[in-house]
Amino acid sequence: MSAQAFLSIQHVDKAFSRGGVTNEVLKDVSLDVHEGEYISIIGHSGCGKSTLLNIVAGLTGVTKGVVFLEGKVVDEPGPDRAVVFQNHSLLPWLTAYENVALAVDKVFAKTKSKAERHEWTMRQIELVNMAHAKDRRPSEISGGMKQRIGIARALAMQPKVLLLDEPFGALDALTRTHLQDQVMQIQAELKNTVLMITHDVDEAVLLSDRIVMMTNGPSARIGEVLSVPLERPRKRLELVSDRTYIAARAAVLKFLYERHRFVEAA
Amino acid sequence: MSAPVLKLDDARATKAAPAAEVVAFRAPKAPSPIAKRARRVFDWAATTLIPPLVVLALLLLFWELICSRPGSALPPPSQVVTDTWELIVDPFYDRGGLDKGLFWHLLASLQRVAVGYAIAVVVGVALGVLVGQSTWAMRGLDPIFQILRTVPPLAWLPLSLAAFRDGQPSAIFVIFITSVWPIIINTAVGIRNIPTDYSNVAKVIRLNGFEYFTKIMIPAAAPYIFTGLRIGVGLSWLAIVAAEMLIGGVGIGFFIWDAWNSSNISDIILALVYVGVVGFILDRIVAFIANAVTRGTATA
Repeated sequence: MSAQAFLSIQHVDKAFSRGGVTNEVLKDVSLDVHEGEYISIIGHSGCGKSTLLNIVAGLTGVTKGVVFLEGKVVDEPGPDRAVVFQNHSLLPWLTAYENVALAVDKVFAKTKSKAERHEWTMRQIELVNMAHAKDRRPSEISGGMKQRIGIARALAMQPKVLLLDEPFGALDALTRTHLQDQVMQIQAELKNTVLMITHDVDEAVLLSDRIVMMTNGPSARIGEVLSVPLERPRKRLELVSDRTYIAARAAVLKFLYERHRFVEAA
Repeated sequence: MSAPVLKLDDARATKAAPAAEVVAFRAPKAPSPIAKRARRVFDWAATTLIPPLVVLALLLLFWELICSRPGSALPPPSQVVTDTWELIVDPFYDRGGLDKGLFWHLLASLQRVAVGYAIAVVVGVALGVLVGQSTWAMRGLDPIFQILRTVPPLAWLPLSLAAFRDGQPSAIFVIFITSVWPIIINTAVGIRNIPTDYSNVAKVIRLNGFEYFTKIMIPAAAPYIFTGLRIGVGLSWLAIVAAEMLIGGVGIGFFIWDAWNSSNISDIILALVYVGVVGFILDRIVAFIANAVTRGTATA
């Protein structure tokens, strides 16, 4: 493995044991991610892609192998690997602003003054176009708006790697498109390194520089890595008839539905 | 060439539609704000106030009918009101000793409940957090709690009288021991049910133990904690009346016992009404605080 990789996942195994039964989820997963790269991890449900993300986040430990971020071993969660959770996981008793501020106040407690933290919080909320609803509680805003606040909270930590766990999975198709465009725009602006879990082929091709395709579990591994050499900024409508886009889409679909069909009825 | 023609049709159609609507909307007159408010008050009365009042009137009528016969054991409501008129109109009199108005009796009972319940809240939430947080604390303590909580309040009274050798602390102890169990158990359930998502968020932003407790744990468990607090306040009001019957002194429980000893059945009935109303108010107060503190998420 190259030592200079920004984020390096090396020979990771993960097994869960419960009551003497060991269930191997991931088997020998290795992946190098460069700074500023947008990586999607795609696979059928139950293939352990969320487990992989949790390992990078430090929320789950590895059974074997190691994860390096900028040469340092990842063994606990931290704001340098901010997570956007699938179900937004905003705290329902706090307003949108307070949810972001909770992270900002903790992460920048020593490095920013109170006024600077407020300004920083507001800037993140404006970045996701949520300034108009900053004083509303999660129960009072739509699913897409909640996820935008979740993204703002993660971005506010200025993470080295942004981890997205099926961030648009729970949204309706129109909201999803809108948010995908917004994330693309933000990523172009801030040049974040992003690791995104998804099960949506179009989403993966549209957003990623590389698509990591996982085989079915148990003992899932990386089946194939596909580069998506499309120019940025990418325009959804123009890509519909783009050859590279169509080819990439076909490659992913083939992998998922021909070679690694989901056998169990989910 | 058909497209522009279609557009023209569309434009004509949309032009026609609002005109029709305007005509339709002109007919009803907007109600004035006063009329609107009166309407709302009327709706509230019709749905919330009237039904219980009607049922109450029917019950009183029924009671009046069956207890009006000569030789009936209990007085009819009309009799109760005439017998206790002095107590109803002047709840604040104080002729020294135990001969006081109902307000003073209720106040004495409420003071005991306030002290006992306050201790139960502090101890109950603390133990609940411990049991909810630590698997070993739960394994060790939960079975004991489950057994102790079924002991009836009054069964504790002789023991506490033996320990404290005084009525006042014994009554407070009975209040405490009665109301603490639902608070412990509900708090523990609330803590255990904190979604993993919330603790993951806390881990990612690296909240320390104290911050996690104040910023995540307590607000997340608040709806459960307040359920326990509401059950607890109800139980402590149940227990005080029974405890006071036995320990004596000023208090609504003793008032009832004293009335029984002097065969003032009407006084007992009046006291029961007061006990019920005060218990209801206590419950509403805790519910109100719960709603204010959890900002409505308690019901969500």
